[in-house]
Amino acid sequence: VQAGSPILHGYFRSSCSWRVRIAFALKGVEYDQLPVNLIKDGGQQLTEEYKALNPMQQVPAVEIDGTTLSQSLAVIQYIDETRPGPRLLPADPKARAQVRMISDLIASGIQPLQNLYVIQKIGAEKMQWSQHFIDRGFQALEPILKQTAGKYCVGDEISMADICLVPQVYNAERFKVDVGKYPTIKRLNEALLEIEAFQVSHPSRQPDTPDDLRA
Amino acid sequence: MRTLYQLYSLKSSFTQTRALNYCGRTNMLSVHLFVHPSKPTAGVGLDTSCHMVRGSQSTQREEGDLRTSLCEATPILHGYFRSSCSWRVRIAFALKGVEYDQLPVNLIKDGGQQLTEEYKALNPMQQVPAVEIDGTTLSQSLAVIQYIDETRPGPRLLPADPKARAQVRMISDLIASGIQPLQNLYVIQKIGAEKMQWSQHFIDRGFQALEPILKQTAGKYCVGDEISMADICLVPQVYNAERFKVDVGKYPTIKRLNEALLEIEAFQVSHPSRQPDTPDDLRA
Repeated sequence: VQAGSPILHGYFRSSCSWRVRIAFALKGVEYDQLPVNLIKDGGQQLTEEYKALNPMQQVPAVEIDGTTLSQSLAVIQYIDETRPGPRLLPADPKARAQVRMISDLIASGIQPLQNLYVIQKIGAEKMQWSQHFIDRGFQALEPILKQTAGKYCVGDEISMADICLVPQVYNAERFKVDVGKYPTIKRLNEALLEIEAFQVSHPSRQPDTPDDLRA
Repeated sequence: MRTLYQLYSLKSSFTQTRALNYCGRTNMLSVHLFVHPSKPTAGVGLDTSCHMVRGSQSTQREEGDLRTSLCEATPILHGYFRSSCSWRVRIAFALKGVEYDQLPVNLIKDGGQQLTEEYKALNPMQQVPAVEIDGTTLSQSLAVIQYIDETRPGPRLLPADPKARAQVRMISDLIASGIQPLQNLYVIQKIGAEKMQWSQHFIDRGFQALEPILKQTAGKYCVGDEISMADICLVPQVYNAERFKVDVGKYPTIKRLNEALLEIEAFQVSHPSRQPDTPDDLRA
């Protein structure tokens, strides 16, 4: 099926959107962006129009190959399974399970708890709330990564686990978590930020990055 | 090396023999699976000095393929009868016909057994489930489920088609990232007194999104007409919804799918009311 370029509906600072941007970059897939401003106009993700793309009213949503997908890890694995280029999940089933375990620890165990629509409900205590859950998650992730990591999160090849890690560290820093307490996480994050796919996709370099945050 | 024993299985419609080998490395029996196209079986008991090892069912595969160099002990699930994430894994094992042992972790007793140093060594996240399988320990139910799918024969838990597979993951993640973590024990403990309204809010929000998605993707089951990881996630989440007094009748597709799935043996045998650690007053 001849389709146009994939379209990413995302937000510059959404960690879930950033994951998808990294995956596209690692695979060398060109795509278009239609930014969804999560703050402006009460949040553009809450429009009827966007709801038709993603009933969860969250970013990202990706139009690709004639279909629309949401949930960043579903999108990333779809891209991995349909596009050539470096694997985003290892061939070995156990290593692949470790990649998913680490990815899900972040994508289910940490990020949803400091997601916008949750902290909006928490209100004034959102900083401590978010720090609590990020710290809790990183306290678990650090010993896991000590076991699994080589050059990257799982062995020596970049994977979906790395794709999830870097945006989560960015979030941790936004919530003033001291990532220095987690030396393996810190080391991996620094190594990954050297890689072009993680730089070109960075929140500071997106079409909708505000001028004062632009790299 | 011990003498090989042969154990004939009664369980499956495919005849299997299991050769049991003492694996000095792990002190447990390893199970090498062979498939022979014939015959029946008499149950043969094992020498009691061996660990009892229950091997897995297999579909017809070439003998050479099945013989593994791994020491395959029976998987061990560390879970809780009412943990929806543990239930997901139990369903997956049941769908694949994989026998496993359970070591229950009581999330309430003794301040929560998941908080012990011993359990933390298995899963640093201090949550259930954790699964010991094939010489490794995995956590995060969907990682476990996909590992089981990729290493065990039996019905696929994710479709072959990449788009359908993406839909299965999308639905699974909507539940496993977008709903369940927000009504998870360690979160609602922090919420305190308002936990009922909090949980209802996020379950309703998630089901409001899931309902139109399922209207698009569902056939007999969540995605098309084959049971998948999406169904595995749906049923325990509906159970949770009912515990938090969400009116699932507002979501007719979810309701219909849940009812159809609860008719299936794998969803029944794994049900919270039927587990080794189910309290008597909740036992089916």
